[in-house]
Amino acid sequence: MLTKNLILVYEGEFTQDITKSVLAMAERNMESMGEESGIKRKVFNVMVECLQNICKHAESFDENTYGKNTAIFMIGKHDSEYFITSGNPILSDKVADMSRKLEDINNLDKDGLKQLYKDIIKNGKLSSKGGAGLGFVDMARKSGKKLIFDFEPINEHLSFFSLKTTIPRN
Amino acid sequence: MNILNLEGTEDTPKIVLDSQNKIYEISGRSLPEDSAEFFQPVLDWLDEYKDASAPETVFEFKLEYFNTASSKLILDILSKLEEVEGAKIMWYFHEDDEDMEEAGEEFSELVDVPFEFKTY
Repeated sequence: MLTKNLILVYEGEFTQDITKSVLAMAERNMESMGEESGIKRKVFNVMVECLQNICKHAESFDENTYGKNTAIFMIGKHDSEYFITSGNPILSDKVADMSRKLEDINNLDKDGLKQLYKDIIKNGKLSSKGGAGLGFVDMARKSGKKLIFDFEPINEHLSFFSLKTTIPRN
Repeated sequence: MNILNLEGTEDTPKIVLDSQNKIYEISGRSLPEDSAEFFQPVLDWLDEYKDASAPETVFEFKLEYFNTASSKLILDILSKLEEVEGAKIMWYFHEDDEDMEEAGEEFSELVDVPFEFKTY
């Protein structure tokens, strides 16, 4: 019996066009499996935030200065859940801040996340890269589960950030 | 006033702002690469419209999906509509899309414009 099923893995350059292709493929796949529309929407939602996060941050690194820095994106399905995993290099001096942000999100319940979302959308400004600072909060809200994350040093400048979000299928 | 009419694409919504025919709507999917740049014409249009608005403006949002960067710009659009006298928001959501319904409710709590909710 097939209990684990990888839907899609992509490694390489991330752009808006690639984001659109990856989304279209994953959507078609869920469609062909007859997935419920509510679940499809949540998975789509988390995929977009995840892929656009990588697009926004991938541009920041010049390969000549920092070494090779490709990112990876995966979406898979178990019997009871979908999981969306991404891995991408980030500047190591961002690790402490991101780690704190993600821990804060994981410590909040449904209402706490709603409040945080409203605070950020109301008082936050778009970053120079066009991010609203809402991506992780939104992913946590759509998931209803804790975000699983890790940072591994790559070299003196970069760390590899991995993030896994699960979407229950019930 | 000029009519703003943008066809929807796989990552940008359809937009029609037409004061002659009293159509004000944003519909479809919104996940543009640069949401601030994409929605700027809407904000500019509203800046001009607010000084020459009709007694009633029913602004329709019929979104299937929007990303978080777009949500920030939707709030900016709603804030502009706060300045339009007689403005009202018609927030559509698919009948089984609780997240879109909740998103509309949250926006309605953040701005001082009346909201009406409708399923499609």
